[in-house]
Amino acid sequence: MSISTFDENTEQYLIKVSGACLRIAGRQVLEDIDLEVARGETLTLIGPNGSGKTSLVRLLLGLYKPDQGSVHCRPGLRVGYMPQKLIVDNALPLTVEGFLKLVDGIEFEYLLKVVDQLGIKSLLSRPIQNISGGEFQHVLLARALLRKPELLVLDEPAQGVDINGQQKLYQLIASIRNEFGCGIIMVSHDLNLVMESTDRVLCLNTHICCTGHPEAVTQHPEYLKLFGGTMEGFAVYTHNHDHSHDLHGDVISHEDHDHG
Amino acid sequence: MDDFIIKALVAGLLVVLVSGPLGCVVVWRRMSYFGDTLAHAALLGAALGIMIDLHPVVSVIFTGTVFSLVLVLMQRNPQLTTDALLGIIAHGSLALGLVILAILQNRGLQVDLMSYLLGDILAVSDRELVWMAGLVVMVLVSLAYLWKSLLSIAVHEELARSEGIAVDRVRLLFMVLMTLVVATAMKVVGILLITALLIIPAASARRFSATPQAMALISVVFGVLAVISGMFASMQWDSPAGPSIVVAAVMLFFISRFSLFAGK
Repeated sequence: MSISTFDENTEQYLIKVSGACLRIAGRQVLEDIDLEVARGETLTLIGPNGSGKTSLVRLLLGLYKPDQGSVHCRPGLRVGYMPQKLIVDNALPLTVEGFLKLVDGIEFEYLLKVVDQLGIKSLLSRPIQNISGGEFQHVLLARALLRKPELLVLDEPAQGVDINGQQKLYQLIASIRNEFGCGIIMVSHDLNLVMESTDRVLCLNTHICCTGHPEAVTQHPEYLKLFGGTMEGFAVYTHNHDHSHDLHGDVISHEDHDHG
Repeated sequence: MDDFIIKALVAGLLVVLVSGPLGCVVVWRRMSYFGDTLAHAALLGAALGIMIDLHPVVSVIFTGTVFSLVLVLMQRNPQLTTDALLGIIAHGSLALGLVILAILQNRGLQVDLMSYLLGDILAVSDRELVWMAGLVVMVLVSLAYLWKSLLSIAVHEELARSEGIAVDRVRLLFMVLMTLVVATAMKVVGILLITALLIIPAASARRFSATPQAMALISVVFGVLAVISGMFASMQWDSPAGPSIVVAAVMLFFISRFSLFAGK
């Protein structure tokens, strides 16, 4: 990776990828990728299986080096990462609190504030193996946030979360961006769900198929070629609930929970 | 109590003081076969030590470290799994060690192969105790320093890497620590049973522990109980000390599994 001097005045990006190519075991995984993300901006990566989404995430995190092209970060950029799959072996006794405290140099007060905000305070003393998929995703998000990130990299953040919870999680992520002012790069397989909370979409299939505002991307022939077949006959059923559920599945009625 | 029995007890306790916590990490990271490999390589180390007239502890640490480096380098070749690589190193070095020891014996050198394979805890000298204590302190201090990184890596290597932990360096340092433990434990239980002292107390401690730190401490307790009861049994029935300690550890493991006092 080449390191360039960073001009604070002219460069607004947190991270910038230019012309990056990546080969793994002789196979071209990424080809000529350009992207940049600024503070307060959300970029969503979509693409079919094996399209290089996770490889691109690893490139952004500095876990892979591009064979060609470059990845430039703002100097000293703090990145919060939420990996796609994380299974803690049963042989390792670890509470949610212990898991979160693995992050270096955090103050407990701040930890409490973050878990409170994500609604997982009651989970702190639970073994991490005994929480639900949705709860686990919140815990992972909390761990990423504990690093006070300027850039959040989320790989399929709504994995293992039910449809209802997914929308909530994406709303939460949008509110985090507004509050922390961080940039967000997230991988998602369902554009319809992230439409509202994303500024730009990058449709990936080894190379960049198309990129732009979410509405524009859904009209793009390349996108339709990749996702059109599977999307046919599938419409998101938009509806309003008269109640919602908290993380434990308990019903919260809107009457006594008016945030307005 | 006889002097040599007290020395043996101290040696055994010193070993379980480190084998417990280190064994927990071995269990979490599924490295028991690596422990076995280091133990087998220790025989080659000891044989080389005798050949070039070096203290066996030094030569064991040296070969263990070299093999750890070889393994890390070979792991970069994706065509062979770690499992296969370890098999090659473990049995290759064990066989080479046996060949060298046999050649040395043919040349008239007195080599007690059984004491390497099964340990010789009753023959521990004062000097060896000092050696062992030094190594134990070194391992404990290093382990405390690496603890959080090791946990992070055990949970998720990629996440740890993304959070700035030097995963490869920590991993290699841990391998060196294991080498030090093998060098310390060789005299106590012998190379064939070293992995037992790493795995069994840690496994026994699991169900009584809510945190990694608790598991490390409780595994030391199980180790201490195994050493004391194993030594006692060894004196009672005149059985070899090292294997007796391991049998005691296994029995404690089963008792811990069926214990009515267990939390879950």
